[in-house]
Amino acid sequence: MADEWKPKIIGIICNWCSYAGADGAGSARTQYPPDVRIVRVMCTGRIDTLFVLKAFADGADGVLVSGCHFGDCHYLAGNYKAAKRMFLVKSVMQNMGLEHRRFRMTFVSASEGAKWAVVINDVINTVKEIGPSPIAAERKRRGL
Amino acid sequence: MVYSGKKASEGGDAPVEPRIGVFICHCGTNIAGSLDVVAVKEYALTLPHVVVSENYAYMCSTPGQNMIHDAIEKDHLTGVVVAACTPRLHEPTFRTATANGGLNPFRFEMANIRDQGSWVHMHDWDGGTEKAKDAVRIAVAKATMLEDLYPMAVPVEHRAMVVGAGVAGIQTSMDLAKAGIETYLIEKEPTIGGRMSQLDKTFPTLDCSQCILSPKMAEAGRMPGIRLFTLAEVESVEGYIGNFDVTIRRHARGVLTPDEAAAKGIVGGGCTGCGDCSQVCPVVRPNTWEFGMAPRKAIYIQHAQVVPLIYTIDFDACVKCGLCETACGTKKAIDLNMEDELFTVKVGTVILATGYETFPIEEKSEWGYKLYDNVISSLEFERLICASGPTIGHLVRPSDGETPMSVGFVLCAGSRDNTGIGKPYCSRFCCMYSLKHAHQVIEKIPGCKAYLFYMDIRSFGKAYEEFYYRIQHEGAKFIRGRVAQIQELPNKNLLVIAEDTLLGMPVEIEVDLVVLAAAVQPTAETEVVRRLFGVSCSADKWLLEAHPKLDPCGTTTAGVYLAGVCQGPKDIPDTVAQAEGAASAASIPIHSGQVELEPYYAQCVEALCAGCGMCVGQCPYSALSMIVNDDGRTVMTVTAAKCKGCGTCGGFCPGGAIRMQHFTSPQILAQIDAFFLGGEQ
Ligand SMILES: Cc1cc2nc3c(=O)[nH]c(=O)nc-3n(C[C@H](O)[C@H](O)[C@H](O)COP(=O)(O)OP(=O)(O)OC[C@H]3O[C@@H](n4cnc5c(N)ncnc54)[C@H](O)[C@@H]3O)c2cc1C
Ligand code: SF4
Ligand code: SF4
Ligand code: FES
Repeated sequence: MADEWKPKIIGIICNWCSYAGADGAGSARTQYPPDVRIVRVMCTGRIDTLFVLKAFADGADGVLVSGCHFGDCHYLAGNYKAAKRMFLVKSVMQNMGLEHRRFRMTFVSASEGAKWAVVINDVINTVKEIGPSPIAAERKRRGL
Repeated sequence: MVYSGKKASEGGDAPVEPRIGVFICHCGTNIAGSLDVVAVKEYALTLPHVVVSENYAYMCSTPGQNMIHDAIEKDHLTGVVVAACTPRLHEPTFRTATANGGLNPFRFEMANIRDQGSWVHMHDWDGGTEKAKDAVRIAVAKATMLEDLYPMAVPVEHRAMVVGAGVAGIQTSMDLAKAGIETYLIEKEPTIGGRMSQLDKTFPTLDCSQCILSPKMAEAGRMPGIRLFTLAEVESVEGYIGNFDVTIRRHARGVLTPDEAAAKGIVGGGCTGCGDCSQVCPVVRPNTWEFGMAPRKAIYIQHAQVVPLIYTIDFDACVKCGLCETACGTKKAIDLNMEDELFTVKVGTVILATGYETFPIEEKSEWGYKLYDNVISSLEFERLICASGPTIGHLVRPSDGETPMSVGFVLCAGSRDNTGIGKPYCSRFCCMYSLKHAHQVIEKIPGCKAYLFYMDIRSFGKAYEEFYYRIQHEGAKFIRGRVAQIQELPNKNLLVIAEDTLLGMPVEIEVDLVVLAAAVQPTAETEVVRRLFGVSCSADKWLLEAHPKLDPCGTTTAGVYLAGVCQGPKDIPDTVAQAEGAASAASIPIHSGQVELEPYYAQCVEALCAGCGMCVGQCPYSALSMIVNDDGRTVMTVTAAKCKGCGTCGGFCPGGAIRMQHFTSPQILAQIDAFFLGGEQ
């Protein structure tokens, strides 16, 4: 069992839906594994592809971007704009030699605490299945 | 807020080495019971720039806030990190504490180690502790880069808008108007009153619904401070708290009010409510307000107590014969070619009070609604038992017009139902109105039997339990168990098949009439209005309050509030109480005259801007435009008052020329780097 390796995953999520949904999972005491760290932004629209790529360059095993459902964005359409941009991430990842499933964009509303837990479990399982990031290994090898 | 910002910028403009204070909250045992707060505190001290780290039972309490205050003074902090619950709960609290210590409140950052920490990793002490350490490290990284920000104060328009004119909307508007705030009351139906005007009597006092509502409706219609628009809906919304520009669509009514007639120069004209038009109209349609149990003409009023008392033409039914025009005569109130009108009003705050409708109970086909004549819904019962209803208050069976001598009431019809067809929640007023209905049949029809099939009787309100006892004493029969099936017998009687879970045996009872206490759900229009105002909803689609306990009338959209059943099922006493709460909450920004907007807006870094103009289309609020700057270069500029701070432009600009205050790219990258590169490798 790979009990040594704990994946490092970052979730960049919007304040109004997914962050609130994640808080909702807390209120309901829905348990999930602790492998994802959170950075809060006001809207997924704020998320520059650079942020995601920097995380991977830093050695992230997985990156999750999560916002409101389409039509529910607190700022009308930030999530559409973000979703469009995030396609780019996937193609850049291929060029970086990264399995594109390490990146995921999801939509979790303020009332979907239960779904948040499912998403987190899913993301962790997918990343565990793919294994450690080759970039992380390379960074280690070079003593970075 | 009181703060000077002097501590952070001491020594003029020279960059100050960041000095961060970290405070770990135990939240009683909420956090300390599931992770090692002392280890997190000690870990924080090893982080760059952290000069003080403490832990305490309740950081949000006065002693907790004083710790922040004291540390800012004693340790000359430039930034504060509290690791506790969620910023959605206590960021304002700790910002105030930071400000009271003399730092700019935007030099505060929160690490969520409860709602997204201890509460979701209750059985993983080590994992939860590691995650909390990382969360603190990420927050410290941001805190070292925070800067002084100043909220923008914007004036608040001295007007409000209420959408939906049921009892909630009426009460809210009257309160606002009495508080000196001009209020636009927008109702989609031709009359105000909502569901309450369809009810006969109201539990637990049994006062007649119209008798307590009609005077309020009339007063609301007359009050100078209320601008009432019926047959009207919200078309679009722009702006933000203090300055909403709301466009209203007034559907063509086909009939002029006296004021509208006067404006057109028709002296002494306009609808007086005489009804001469309706007399001559040849088109007959079912009256939907009476659930089709009474007819109405193509030019109609829904009932006798409508406010405003102005006739309405149903243009889908009207054949434009012109008979009504002739009958109206010199009042010249009728305009068969009237068209919808759009107009825009500016208001400071908005209250949504769009109410409810009943769940389409025919979807539960086992009860035979719409299949069997003598299975009716609770609202239909209200109309049939009401003295002003289609049968002048004589309860009859739809199949043959006979007086029923036994009535079965099916409670939780579609409520507390997890089968997928139906609603998982409790509709909260069905138990009580079904008790009321049982009382009404026993009182009105001597010898009539009332059977209530229930799961639990929820008589939680003031004087409600007493009402329940009263109905028991009056002889109503209570059978505890969900009704499995209703069958129609050849004589159109109904066989109610249920299990009596108290006796532990199946029961079959034959009754003359069945009343389904149907679940309620938000109106279809609520979904439209919700999206226009950017208000969230819960999983069951009721509008979502900002906080269930601490901000029950507010929403996550500043300046938008909720009243009545649109937020969740509630009876009239609770509806009116919430309506008064919403009126009070919505009047606060208006009376204070200005609000502070969070200074999260975008800024253009002109030196980096290539002038491509591609960001302009990214902004949903048209806050961006291109100008020629002093150097003669075309660059982007932000209208700060229009910017809501989503950051969509900032996430897009390929040149990194857009700086999002409080969520700058260097700040976010620092958080990312702190997680991956900052900890133990
Ligand atoms: C059968 C039955 C019996 C009841 N008996 C009792 C009782 O005895 N005692 C008691 O306390 N409670 C009783 N209730 C509950 C009571 O009906 C509600 O508490 C009350 O009507 C809620 O008022 P409201 O203003 O929130 O909603 P509503 O009465 O539904 O009013 C909402 C209004 O908003 C309008 N609207 C909706 N969408 C829009 C839009 N997009 N634009 C403009 N306008 C819009 C609607 O047309 C409506 O006029 C009963 C309910 C039922 C179903
Ligand atoms: S801010 Fe960026 S996107 Fe906008 S015009 Fe300048 S360079 Fe182009
Ligand atoms: S952050 Fe940018 S896109 Fe968002 S509202 Fe402000 S200017 Fe518009
Ligand atoms: S606010 Fe949640 S995605 Fe825009």
